[in-house]
Amino acid sequence: MPKLIVVDRSGAEKEIEATAGLSVMENLRDAGFDELVALCGGCCSCATCHVYVERGPAEVQAPGSGDEDDLLEGSGHRRADSRLSCQLMLTDALGELIVRIAPED
Amino acid sequence: MAGLEKRDVVIVGAGHGGAQAAIALRQLGFAGSVAVVGNEPEFPYERPPLSKDYFAGDKTFDRILIRPAAFWAERHVEMLLSTEVIAVDAQAKRLSFANGGGLDYGALVWATGGAPRKLTCSGHDLKGVHAVRTRADVLQMMDELSAVAQVVVIGGGYIGLEAAAVLRKFDKTVVLLEALDRVLARVAGPELSYFYEAEHRAHGIDLRTGVQVECIEEKDGRVTGVRLAGGDVVPADMVIVGIGIIPAVEPLIVAGAQGGNGVAVDQFCRTSLPDVYAIGDCAAHANGFADGATIRLESVQNANDQATTAAKAITGNLEPYRATPWFWSNQYDLKLQTVGLSIGFDRAVVRGDIATRSFSVVYLKKGQVIALDCVNAMKDYVQGRKLVEARAEIDPERLADAATPLKELTAA
Repeated sequence: MPKLIVVDRSGAEKEIEATAGLSVMENLRDAGFDELVALCGGCCSCATCHVYVERGPAEVQAPGSGDEDDLLEGSGHRRADSRLSCQLMLTDALGELIVRIAPED
Repeated sequence: MAGLEKRDVVIVGAGHGGAQAAIALRQLGFAGSVAVVGNEPEFPYERPPLSKDYFAGDKTFDRILIRPAAFWAERHVEMLLSTEVIAVDAQAKRLSFANGGGLDYGALVWATGGAPRKLTCSGHDLKGVHAVRTRADVLQMMDELSAVAQVVVIGGGYIGLEAAAVLRKFDKTVVLLEALDRVLARVAGPELSYFYEAEHRAHGIDLRTGVQVECIEEKDGRVTGVRLAGGDVVPADMVIVGIGIIPAVEPLIVAGAQGGNGVAVDQFCRTSLPDVYAIGDCAAHANGFADGATIRLESVQNANDQATTAAKAITGNLEPYRATPWFWSNQYDLKLQTVGLSIGFDRAVVRGDIATRSFSVVYLKKGQVIALDCVNAMKDYVQGRKLVEARAEIDPERLADAATPLKELTAA
């Protein structure tokens, strides 16, 4: 089971029971993080599930597609470790991830 | 009727707007009692996938729930499901339910969306004739689909086109009928319409525009075909009707709320009735992106953002609704994103080469950018949003030059 530690907008840290095979967005939603709006439901059409991957393999700290990269570019809070959490699929191979929910745009 | 229970806020409608209204109230620290009354049996779920990934079988129902079932209890949001509100007493602040019950409210948020518009011709309610609005609609279609070879889709709006695309994935023969002279006529310019018509035809759909439906034909109570004006009959084992919605506002209008096509709201989503708010598809509001015209917007964005506006107003923070409209539609491998509202445009500029299947249409009104439709063109969508918000005045020739990023275009 992958380990997912979430830092919410208040700075509180919480480890959640993560499910592999679902996106990080779905895991956050299912764990009750209502700050994460995820309006388009995970089809990479908005940027309302923006997180920072503060710890994790380097390959998941960079956007997975051109569309994701472009959407993140529209955020005023973009960082080098920005991801749209709907585009980051949790797998057992990822080990431990720490994600911080980005400020609202 | 005396002694009804009361909730401080009652939200009628358990779709995107209703769910977000409850979430926003709790996020804003609202500590009173909150109940959501929904006429479907399910907890709030996303509707866009009903004509896309859920219909296609790519996503299970659990994955399109807006929040997991347990979330609502944790947030102390009471869910009264399978419950229909039939009357509102605005003086007594009381709701009556179809099941005989009722509830008193302190504040009421009306978030009922709409019911699918039905055909009025004979055969409109036959077995095999479907709308795409609820999970139940889609389950019924999925259940029938294995015995279906040919489907007629009536209506070339987003719902009809998306459903048609999924049906092709299932290898069904699809005929799409649009009454107007082009698809998407109410929401986009001709460039986009013609592009999508060509795409659907290239994917094997028999797409016909300017076609009037006379009636639905049947055998033993089940649809067998669609008769067109002029007498031709298009055979069909299933008919999908996507011709818009009728806002579900009758109880409010009967209670005295101003409105007609939707219920009228001000910039804080307040109706003309005391402590009654309306949000989402059913809320007729003056929208700055439509030059202040009173419109209804049928989109997740609008439902969600108006919900937040109403929740803020209820908690004493009057913040006008000014959210930038945006919308998406996925068909085949085409990702369409819209920002702004193209209503009333006087010029449309195509940016990029339509033949490459990656382009945008920029809509102008009196020289100002008011909206963009972006097809497989995410950069334009992201950067164009700023032009829409600024109502930027830009030389159309520069807009048409896809080699120059939109963010580099400043006022001409």
